[in-house]
Amino acid sequence: MSEQLDLMIARVRKGRMTRREFVGRTTAMGLSAGLAGALFSKAALADEPVKGGTIRAGVAGGQSTDSLDPALAASDVPYMINRTWGETLVDVDANGAVEMRLAEEASSNADATEWKFKIRSGVEYHGGGTVTADDVVATIKRHTDEKAQSGALGIVQGISEVTAEGDMVTMKLTAANADLPFLIADYHLVVQPGGGVDAPAAGNGTGAYKVVATEPGVITTFEKHANYWDSSRGHADTVEVLTINDDTARSAAIQAGQVQMISRVDPKIVETLKGDAGIVIERAAGPGHYVFIMHVDKAPFDNNDMRMALKMAVNRQELVDKVLGGYGSRGNDFPINGAYPLFDDSIEQREYDAAKAAEYYAKTGHDGSPIILRTAPGAFPGAVDAANLFAASANAAGIPLQVQVEPDDGYWSNVWNVQPFCASYWGGRPVQDQMYTTAYLSTADWNDTKFKNAHFDELLIAARGELDAAKRKGMYSEMAHIVRDEGGLILPMFNDWVEGRRAEVAGWIADPQGTLMNGTALNKCWLTA
Amino acid sequence: MHPVLKLVVQRIALGLVLLLIISVVIFLGVEALPGDTAQAILGQSATPQALENLRAEMGLDQPALTRYFHWLGGILTGDLGTALTNKADIAKSIGSKLGNTLFLAGSAAVIAVPLAILLGTIAARYAGRWPDKLISAITLTTISLPEFVAAYFVIFFLTQVFPIFQPVSLVLPGMGFWEKLHAIALPVIVLVMVVLAHMMRMTRAAILNVMQSAYIETAELKGLTPMQVVWRHAFPNAIAPVVSVVMLNLAYLVVGVVVVEVVFSYNALGKYLVDHVTKRDLPVVQAVGLIFAAVYIFLNMAADIIGILSNPRLRHPK
Amino acid sequence: MRIPISALIGLTLTGMFLFVAIFAQWLAPYAVGDSSGAQWEGMSATHWLGTDTIGRDILSRLIFGAQITIFVALASSILSFSLGAFLGFTAAVQGGWIDQGLSRLVDLVMAVPSLIIALVVLTIMSPNLIVLILIMGLLDSTRVFRLSRAVAADIAVMDYVEAARLRGEKGTWVIFREILPNALSPLVAEFGLRFIFAVLFISTLSFLGLGIQPPLTDWGGMLQENKIGITQGKSAALLPAFAILSLAISVNLVADWILTRTSSLKGGRGG
Repeated sequence: MSEQLDLMIARVRKGRMTRREFVGRTTAMGLSAGLAGALFSKAALADEPVKGGTIRAGVAGGQSTDSLDPALAASDVPYMINRTWGETLVDVDANGAVEMRLAEEASSNADATEWKFKIRSGVEYHGGGTVTADDVVATIKRHTDEKAQSGALGIVQGISEVTAEGDMVTMKLTAANADLPFLIADYHLVVQPGGGVDAPAAGNGTGAYKVVATEPGVITTFEKHANYWDSSRGHADTVEVLTINDDTARSAAIQAGQVQMISRVDPKIVETLKGDAGIVIERAAGPGHYVFIMHVDKAPFDNNDMRMALKMAVNRQELVDKVLGGYGSRGNDFPINGAYPLFDDSIEQREYDAAKAAEYYAKTGHDGSPIILRTAPGAFPGAVDAANLFAASANAAGIPLQVQVEPDDGYWSNVWNVQPFCASYWGGRPVQDQMYTTAYLSTADWNDTKFKNAHFDELLIAARGELDAAKRKGMYSEMAHIVRDEGGLILPMFNDWVEGRRAEVAGWIADPQGTLMNGTALNKCWLTA
Repeated sequence: MHPVLKLVVQRIALGLVLLLIISVVIFLGVEALPGDTAQAILGQSATPQALENLRAEMGLDQPALTRYFHWLGGILTGDLGTALTNKADIAKSIGSKLGNTLFLAGSAAVIAVPLAILLGTIAARYAGRWPDKLISAITLTTISLPEFVAAYFVIFFLTQVFPIFQPVSLVLPGMGFWEKLHAIALPVIVLVMVVLAHMMRMTRAAILNVMQSAYIETAELKGLTPMQVVWRHAFPNAIAPVVSVVMLNLAYLVVGVVVVEVVFSYNALGKYLVDHVTKRDLPVVQAVGLIFAAVYIFLNMAADIIGILSNPRLRHPK
Repeated sequence: MRIPISALIGLTLTGMFLFVAIFAQWLAPYAVGDSSGAQWEGMSATHWLGTDTIGRDILSRLIFGAQITIFVALASSILSFSLGAFLGFTAAVQGGWIDQGLSRLVDLVMAVPSLIIALVVLTIMSPNLIVLILIMGLLDSTRVFRLSRAVAADIAVMDYVEAARLRGEKGTWVIFREILPNALSPLVAEFGLRFIFAVLFISTLSFLGLGIQPPLTDWGGMLQENKIGITQGKSAALLPAFAILSLAISVNLVADWILTRTSSLKGGRGG
């Protein structure tokens, strides 16, 4: 047995075996899961990071309209680029805990209405100068300024006052929020000299790599920031982010060794890539999910029986199998899963039930005219397939669901948030409060189901200031039930991150927070060969 | 003035006037595009407030006519403005991308056009016999594949089965000519496959059409070999339709290859246009639209002029 | 009349495709949107040609796809040819300002990127099959126009055309009796290719939301849906490509045959 074990440990060291595989195989040999996990960590860490070389990442989701301004980042490529040259005050690590970055300490007053962040001293920008508390204040203020068009505007709006004193930044909140550090970890809030007011797209930050050249939607090249403060990151000499939007070309690029890691491996191609000894497939179950959203204030979806009929008419397992290729898990019509702290896993899983769906549908007295579900190839990967499968299972229950494919072009302005029933997606948030606040609070900007429930709102506000974890969990559970049984959200599946790396890339950690190790893969990985 | 010269000058003048008219059409057409720039830029994660801010900043409050002349004046002085989305200088972005577009189109054309005419002539010479049928079958196969399928096949065979090339056509400043050529080999192969059949089949049909004429029979009676007849007598008289189709395909190589650009992540104008259309970045769409229009007009003009010059009756009017 | 073997093959296959397209509803073993199978099943007794990316029967979808593909491509090619050729001949025969007007109008339409044209049209009309056919037909007719005009310009200055004009024949008579027979072979060759372009163009338009609405499909659309399977040799991806290829070859075999027949016909009048 030990011979086999050694062999497996060697494979782990070479990066040829994932944690899941290792623990699975060793427990099958009789080891306890805990011991197996510990052995894996030891094996994986046994090799010291190797310095040098060039790592190229092939990432999907970049356009020639992209910018280096962190406020404007809205898709995977700019996200990955900004995470490579820039840093935020804090981060959320792979286990969902807050990790200190440019802040050394974070603390709040007793009722969580005021937060203090102590700024790490001596951290240098690529363009010279060190990070000051004033830079942090200016950064927050820039994102609060509506002219910056920041994607983090909704987050920083909750900060009523931000001030600097020495190396300490104080943020006063409009209302109590025990989760503020998770919000400040938002990837838009990269700290820039002077807040980035003068040159928002200069790409001048504190990250392990500094931008050498950028061609939006094509390639951005970086070199190591010589005076980088954190020795545990930044192992390669140079790194590059290549935009490769085509699924087949992206997987061909890693097979040909033109890139060393790729984002978004299509589940349908995983088996082929696994057959290549030089490639390792990585997966992480995250909070991201694909949804069909109904406006609860528009007919026929203003009738909860209709909403329940449609919720019962989705074959969730079929969607996970055929659209996600098994790389995901079933949803339960509320936007929270095991990736979140304080998740209540005792809520009953909703199943496909044609008879019940038909029963609810009969109660609505709908006239039988087609119910139009709008979708587009870009609503989420496989959105047209998913809508077609939904329509087929709903038709089997006698519900006249009909799919209409809309152009990708203009989908988010003409269909989403406009039409009463359409396909969409959410990337998820690090904490429950943020997810619910973003899209389910009555007054939320992005309340795309038009869901308004006074009791739900009360619970959400109360939970923010509730410091007793058990009570807070109970409140979140009640909220989950409300959304699940009354909301306009049909959430059939949570999608896993499925990504690929070449075997010579080491240091990979499955991180559910975002694509490519929450955007840190180029910072944390190194080349063994 | 010689009547042909007059025709040609007339044609060029008309081309320029047309370009001006098209600049109006493009300007207005693009302005009429549906959708909202602000929402398109911010996507699904747009807050109503962020939307308002963006709309205000873009300042579309002046009348269209004022903006048109402002735009036209900018173009004439080489100032295309900045992109709404990422504030990049449009003239600078277009500069490198236009070079890449022409490099790819030129490389494909240098191979495809002579090859198509050669194959078409051979096919016409051996019409109905096996070389004709073989050439027909191969070109029909390549033309029946949608571009992305042809691209995937080429990627599969030339990067995986025979790893000669790389799937991403990365062309960077500072690369040598041959290095660049190696980088774009795959898209060139795909484009040659796509445009070859059309030009080849038209060459064949046009030559066969002329081959029925009385003067070809005369030439045959003079004792010329069949290939001599085709080259010296049939082809020169079949030029007009061939040029017409070659022009269509050249234009296509410049303006219509966005699918190939996306698959091979090639940094060129087609993808640049589509990205900015998607984001409703009007200044960029207008600028690239005008460049594409100019390419069409120039090629159409060239085809017409070659048509005039190649027509003996037009050349020597009675 | 002896029909050569290649033309026979072309005619048979084209006839077969038409038959399948017309009687799709009776021939297909499954409904077009029925996704009862597993993902990417191989060939079996229940699914003769296997299943696609979400478990739909490929054979059934090919059969229904034939209907849409052939109907739309045929309709739009016929539209583009009748319109483009007629206007092209008119321009060449009439000359003068009619020629200039039409030619420059066509230049204008061709010069504006078709993406922009299609998007503007989309705001005016809601996408359906008729709009799809009209857009494809009209955009393509500009290309046919240029070719027809180029071919006809050469013919229009020939002695026999001038003779006809001196006889006092009207423009339409000249076009249909003198120009058309002598310009037919390049046009027939062009038709064979334009038809394929139309087949491929349908699926390209789905990017603009002008494509075919599910559960219906076309062959190009099937290729799009299953494209990730192409490099893995999945039948769901390869069979639609093969179907397009067979259709292309059979239509062009027929076109070639017509081409040789017209070439031998026209000598009398032209000479």
